[in-house]
Amino acid sequence: MSDLVSLFLSAAFVENMPLTLFLGLCTFIALSRKTGSAVGLGIAVVAVMGVTVPLNQLIYSALLAPGAWAWAGLPETDLSYLKLIAFIGVIAATVQLLEMVLDRFFPAIYASFGVFLPLLTVQCAILAGSLFMVERSFTLVESAVFGLGSGTGFATSVVMLGAIRARLAYAHVPEALRGLGITFLLAGMMSLGFSAFAQMVAS
Amino acid sequence: MPARASLWSTLTDPLVHQNPVTLQILGICSALAVTTSVATALTMSAALTAVLVMSAGLISLIRHHIPGSIRLIVQIVIVASLVIVIDQILQAYLFEISQKLSVFVSLITTNCLVLGRTESFSRHNPPGRSMVDALGNGLGYSLVLVVIGSVRELFGAGSLLGLQVFQTVDQGGWFTPLSLMLLAPSAFFLLGGLVWILRTLLPDQTETLELLSPDKPEDLS
Repeated sequence: MSDLVSLFLSAAFVENMPLTLFLGLCTFIALSRKTGSAVGLGIAVVAVMGVTVPLNQLIYSALLAPGAWAWAGLPETDLSYLKLIAFIGVIAATVQLLEMVLDRFFPAIYASFGVFLPLLTVQCAILAGSLFMVERSFTLVESAVFGLGSGTGFATSVVMLGAIRARLAYAHVPEALRGLGITFLLAGMMSLGFSAFAQMVAS
Repeated sequence: MPARASLWSTLTDPLVHQNPVTLQILGICSALAVTTSVATALTMSAALTAVLVMSAGLISLIRHHIPGSIRLIVQIVIVASLVIVIDQILQAYLFEISQKLSVFVSLITTNCLVLGRTESFSRHNPPGRSMVDALGNGLGYSLVLVVIGSVRELFGAGSLLGLQVFQTVDQGGWFTPLSLMLLAPSAFFLLGGLVWILRTLLPDQTETLELLSPDKPEDLS
């Protein structure tokens, strides 16, 4: 049990997707202009990662992993090179499905997610979650915890960045640094702070 | 960019004036993660440019046959197949570097740069032009990667492309490596600084003040 807790914490803070692994930065930077949209994006990422990482784990271990077809008399078959295309398909389908389900049953939540859901198909962090799952050969439970943890980490940092950027409206920023430039510097400082978490789980 | 811009400007515009990383905010993820040394930055740039050019060509060839509603999935599948090919080639011939790049080669699939260009350019232009545009964007991306990679490797390890430029203290020289350069935060600072320099030199890239009212929906263009 404590293993799972530390896996969750390390996925959320030590290996924070945008700040230490540089994953999902495009949406991280582009959609953090306001706290409101940052919160929506964060929740969407948690939901999608929590679903797709365990789902991909199932598909990988049942169909793609080396030796997965042994029961059919094909122990030599190794389809793992197909994982990329399979994962991206699963993610695209999950996002689409989630969108339809929310639209049908929870229109209020759907409206607040708005445009973020379809964008998540091309979110590096979500695909990376599944790829890391393969690299570290997580079990089903571990991959669910890992997916939720990474999603939470992403959500936390994007909301923090959104809050800081909202404050910037009152700051006097040099003209050439406005927008993208200052956001990178902010992310750098946040990343500096997050690197302190590295010592948290190491022991 | 005017619609009938010449091929030459289609190629050269993305290098500095329309640079995909510093102006269009596309493809930043990989730009920062692989720049701890020049060699990985170069490999990554070459892989991304190859995927970008080929996917632009392919998607532009079939642009009249892709139904609008499923175009994203079609594009992603094409890109993913190309990335698998590149990944296998890298693993076969450049194994050590491909280990260092780990998942980032696979992540070219979700690189916003590739989808962004195919979505905004290849869908409306003939294959020749799209490939030139893709090449230009790939080179612009490579330029940023190589600049950041050089700075990080030079100050972080005192070397360039593996050749020792500054003698480090360990080797009896004078240079103390700045290990911060090899960690995550410095990549953010360097890219922020680069954007700052670029926009000071080219003031027309400066963003207008963000004076949006809080309840106005986010502009996603």
